[in-house]
Amino acid sequence: MAPTGSMLFAAVGDVGARFAINKAQQQGASACIRGHVKSRMLKIKIENLSKIYRSRSGHVSALEDVNLDIVQNEFITLVGPSGCGKSTLLKIIGALIRPSRGTLHYDGKTLLQPTRDVGIVFQEPVLLPWRTALDNVLLPAEILGLDIAASRPRAMELLKLVGLKGFESSYPRELSGGMQQRVALSRALIHDPSVLLMDEPFAALDAMTREELGFELLRIWDTHKKTVIFVTHNIVEAILLADRVVAMSPRPGRIAKIVKVDLPRPRTLDMEFTPEFKGYSDEIRSVIYHGGTVAA
Amino acid sequence: MTSESSKLSDEVEDLDPRRSMVAAIVGPTLTLLALVALWEFLARWSGIPSWLLPAPSAIVDSMIEWRGELTWHSMVTLYEVLVGFALSIVVSIPLAVAVVYSPFLQNTIYPILLALQSTPKVAIAPLLVLWIGFGALPKILVVFLVCFFPIVVATASGLSSVPPALIDLIRSLSATSTQTFIKIRFPTAIPHIFVGLKIAITFAVIGGVIGEFVGSDEGLGYLILISTSQSRTPLAFGALLLLTIMSIVLYYAVEFTERLVVPWAPRN
Repeated sequence: MAPTGSMLFAAVGDVGARFAINKAQQQGASACIRGHVKSRMLKIKIENLSKIYRSRSGHVSALEDVNLDIVQNEFITLVGPSGCGKSTLLKIIGALIRPSRGTLHYDGKTLLQPTRDVGIVFQEPVLLPWRTALDNVLLPAEILGLDIAASRPRAMELLKLVGLKGFESSYPRELSGGMQQRVALSRALIHDPSVLLMDEPFAALDAMTREELGFELLRIWDTHKKTVIFVTHNIVEAILLADRVVAMSPRPGRIAKIVKVDLPRPRTLDMEFTPEFKGYSDEIRSVIYHGGTVAA
Repeated sequence: MTSESSKLSDEVEDLDPRRSMVAAIVGPTLTLLALVALWEFLARWSGIPSWLLPAPSAIVDSMIEWRGELTWHSMVTLYEVLVGFALSIVVSIPLAVAVVYSPFLQNTIYPILLALQSTPKVAIAPLLVLWIGFGALPKILVVFLVCFFPIVVATASGLSSVPPALIDLIRSLSATSTQTFIKIRFPTAIPHIFVGLKIAITFAVIGGVIGEFVGSDEGLGYLILISTSQSRTPLAFGALLLLTIMSIVLYYAVEFTERLVVPWAPRN
């Protein structure tokens, strides 16, 4: 389903060298260039992107001059305190809201309307309570007019993949919060999008379920290569999951630093206690809280 | 009881729902029976004449005596109530959809609906009789008038209650507005619609009686008017009792339908 015809537009080269340059990123350049060189296609390109809201008290800049290149199958986490515009940025990447300025490219083409190449998972599972787990997973297939008979085995397979084999005909009210979010993840994957947008998907879950789901997500990402953009306010989660952590700072929302995470994969929980991890974490913390900005 | 024995006996909380249901049924039933007994006692021994306050036993006697009439007039009222209620559903739900989808209609129709709702139905009923005459139709229209507002309001709020994240999800799939309505909006609204229906059905019987009071020669409302004017108070009480039972039964019928249609709806 991914438009391969646009490969011509995709740039090939060093990931680190492809970062759009701004002051904050220059500071982090050493972290970006370190490590192996990957030759992958550019999937999403965000250029000079700003979002301004007009309110009674004047204009509020939710995002200011955001530049970000995301390569195919990369795992990007957007981390930052409340009000840094990370969710706004995610919605712009999903073409759910329009930027005030700047452009969004998928596979080299400007994107103005939502594309079926994207699957979305939100903080709340937002399952339809009158549908079984299986029928919830099939919802996007129905809306997109896919062959339901063909999608059904795929939906079963996805539910099995997220550990919900045997719960296909359960209703959302019969499932725990973590299980509901697993259904939501399957639903986001049913139409086989190449991009997965996740807006604090595990934030409403308890800490243990959250870690468990994080690693399952990595396992799925590893086998079903997707480009993942994952919003979180949890720095540990951001580092453990990501190829690159995009640290954002508020008022106005902008990219403070992009940190390339060179921890080996598969990732494990005990990596959290390595000096490298602490280095990433300190780096991110310092830019997020730079200038004594109080995180809400 | 010594502190030692209280330590020894564990407190076991009873979670059996059947036992608590028995408690929920037995208590109110006994209270009701006690009240009826008190009423019977007062009516018999206080010297209040039967045409003023009949004893429960006298009411039952007269209901048995007039059972044919009571059945017939109940059917008349039930017919008016059900047709009026059905009419209000058929009109209100599409109207609510129109209001939700069109800001223009929302701005123009809502004030009119509110004005109509604020007008006392008792005051409208004589006009309906004047325009349409006797028969079932004016009563059906009064029932319709009292029912439709709660259904419109509940349906409109239900249609607007889709979680924003769900809206984003279906927008990301470029769903058409028809798909959104059929697959998301309307099913989301159904539990809300039932809230409106439950409120409406309790008004419906009142509406029917108002219609019958204003001008009628049949129905339980008419029967109450005619029997009080003839000092057949026990019969009036019998008709009143049937109206109450009808209202309660209709309410539970709506609730039962709700359980069938929306098993997923949150319940208290």
